[in-house]
Amino acid sequence: MTSIHRRSFSKFMAVTAAAIMLGAGAAQAEVKGLEIMAPSGPGSGYDQLARAIQTVLQDEKLASGIQVQNVAGGGGTVGLSQYVTGKKRNPTIMIVGFALVGGVLTTKSAITLDQTTPVARLMGESDVIVVPANSDIKTMADLVAKLKANPGGVSWAGGSIGGFDHVLVGLIGKAAGVDPTKINYVVHAGGGEVMASTLGGHATVGVSGVEEFRPQIEAGQVRALAISADKRIPGLDVPTLKEAGVDVSLVNWRGIMTHPETREADKKAISEMLATMVKSPSWKAALEKRGWIDTYQPAAEFGPFLKQQQTQIEGALKEAGILK
Amino acid sequence: METLAALGHGFSVALTPYNLLWSAVGVTVGTAIGVLPGIGPALTVALLLPVTYNLEPTSAFIMFAGIYYGAMYGGSTTSILLNTPGESGSIVTALDGHAMAKKGRGAQALATAAIGSFVAGTIATGALTFVAPLMVKLALMFGPAEYFALMVLALTTVTAVLGDSLPRGLASLFIGLALGLVGIDLQTGQARFTLGIAELLDGIDVVVVAVGLFAVGETLFAVSRHRFEKEEMYALKGSKWMSREDWSRSWKPWLRGTLLGFPIGALPAGGSEIPTFLSYLTEKRLSKHPEEFGHGAIEAVAGPEAANNASAAGVLAPLLALGLPTSATAAIMLAAFQQYGIQPGPLLFDSNPTLVWGLIASLYIGNVLLLVLNLPMAGVWVKLLEIPRPWLYAGILIFATMGAYTLNNNLVDLVILWVIGLLGFGMRVLNVPVAPCVVGLILGPLAEQQFRRALTISQGDLSVFVTHPIALSLLVIAALLVLIPVILRSRRAGDPEGTAISH
Repeated sequence: MTSIHRRSFSKFMAVTAAAIMLGAGAAQAEVKGLEIMAPSGPGSGYDQLARAIQTVLQDEKLASGIQVQNVAGGGGTVGLSQYVTGKKRNPTIMIVGFALVGGVLTTKSAITLDQTTPVARLMGESDVIVVPANSDIKTMADLVAKLKANPGGVSWAGGSIGGFDHVLVGLIGKAAGVDPTKINYVVHAGGGEVMASTLGGHATVGVSGVEEFRPQIEAGQVRALAISADKRIPGLDVPTLKEAGVDVSLVNWRGIMTHPETREADKKAISEMLATMVKSPSWKAALEKRGWIDTYQPAAEFGPFLKQQQTQIEGALKEAGILK
Repeated sequence: METLAALGHGFSVALTPYNLLWSAVGVTVGTAIGVLPGIGPALTVALLLPVTYNLEPTSAFIMFAGIYYGAMYGGSTTSILLNTPGESGSIVTALDGHAMAKKGRGAQALATAAIGSFVAGTIATGALTFVAPLMVKLALMFGPAEYFALMVLALTTVTAVLGDSLPRGLASLFIGLALGLVGIDLQTGQARFTLGIAELLDGIDVVVVAVGLFAVGETLFAVSRHRFEKEEMYALKGSKWMSREDWSRSWKPWLRGTLLGFPIGALPAGGSEIPTFLSYLTEKRLSKHPEEFGHGAIEAVAGPEAANNASAAGVLAPLLALGLPTSATAAIMLAAFQQYGIQPGPLLFDSNPTLVWGLIASLYIGNVLLLVLNLPMAGVWVKLLEIPRPWLYAGILIFATMGAYTLNNNLVDLVILWVIGLLGFGMRVLNVPVAPCVVGLILGPLAEQQFRRALTISQGDLSVFVTHPIALSLLVIAALLVLIPVILRSRRAGDPEGTAISH
């Protein structure tokens, strides 16, 4: 036998150290060096979810050395294509959501969500439909009547074309029996601008996430007509669209995908990590703080749900004349 | 005076040694990231959010505010010394700031920027304390028609940076407007001139273009002339302090810049670039030495730097008073509020007075800290220019390349940077001014977006631009700004004795 090489000696030490650490850990193995891709800029919805997951996973000691990477652009497709084509050394996950499904379609992205693997749906947000406090529109029924009488006369302020707000407005129009291509939808860069346009009375109606409008609703500066989810939100006295007589229900869901080349062991570890996370009190607290709805689905249910969303969103975009 | 009592309470919160420490950490970090191109305050606050999770909300926000203000201070440093604007709000500063640095007046340029930022920051924070609700009410009167008129007004800035040749200046402007067309058309969702490259869907980043034209283009030009021409760049010539003349030429631009910056910053779609453009234009029109503009006029640094800092305070007005985030950093701060379970908005002043007034008081303190930090640093920073030329040039190119990459972690941005850099080099060789190109790139897409939004709401009725009083007034001012110099010139030309101008 030859003498112990220095390299194999240090390898031996590393293995021993890892074994000791594993032994000392809890039942749930810690995922090390997890990378989270948020396919949008800092402060966006995807980014907020990525950073909420980061904090909770760290607090619950389910993962360590977590890094969030923001890649903005193309309705999320730039981040998606970087995620799919990039080399991965560590376990990685990517945030996905309603807007990215639409983004892939509207930008005709060569790389699609089919090149990633669904892991879980985590949460959802409801939109709210608001009018300025001094508007003569008092209820959803008033709005629908006005829309039927003169579709072009009702201007809707909302987010990007093909995004959640836009699809929702299209569906409301359809439910009211109005030609979706006649809808006067005015694109704004984010909820802040939508709010400003609505508060200033420049647009007839504003459509954005409940949490973004909540302070103004509570202060009585805008009137909330309905929310898009099919369940009321605690602490907010606003009917659902269905209760208000419009047969539409839509939730702006977000979830997690992983790279198809991720090792099976890592895939399993990530799924289990998320399944444990959603049960933790700090995750529940994080949801409540941000007004997010718990919509957790494991991969077995999330996969089919994603397929169904792809079909539904494509159909809505075609009806609105965005896709040919 | 309820406000003063509340502010006094705010100071008692912000002046505790613990919070003072966080403010100092914030302004130092902010200055550092302002100096680095590519890393903005938004990303920094996002990165720090998980770290600050266990801090008191008040302390965390005091630090965030320090970062935000600090980045505005730091952005001017690289603009002036290296011609590499780190933030879009400090692009205008590079025009005359770098020219001053080349003449050996870098220290004075940095000083007028720092003091101007302090004056503007303090006055604007005062405005935030006392008139935020009123300002926000005015800001909400701005709809798409009004914004479009404001963009047109800002576009007249181009007349101040066109240079000696009208055709060359306009060519540059149109290059900028054309670059601005690249990307998804927001109103219809169709891609324009993206060549099938997904990274181009969101358009070309203004900072990448500014760094490409200014830093890369200029540096390549300087290198190409290096063998033939004698060096014309000095670290420091004469005193490093601002002279009496510098002071007397700076104080009015500081005040006027503040006056432009705060209200436009408070507009939900105002931003920090437009007030800097308008400030440059105003100073050139009012200056006794308009011929110095573009060659190192101190007013052209003092005004825009004050304007961008005042606009930073303006952004906080709708955020605190309405919960409206009007910039990326404000959006992150909003997310941070939510992380602590605090809902900013109309009720914030009542529900969390300690936080709000502590934050506002920390803005005053942060400004003082920044001045103390930055003024002595000016003398140190200018030593950068003593680095031997070849090293300095290589350094600028590496710095610019690194900054363009960190902006979006995107290789395509590097290609754009260097293509634009070569374009800038070509423009420089052909004596085409680069500033109009940047003005066109920033304002073109904004103006188009607001124009179409206005017409969508009015269902195609063009009269919205003249029936809205604010829009009409702004358009009239814009027309006068363009026409009056032309009329004056033609009258002067038709009156060789010069009696017409002997008022």
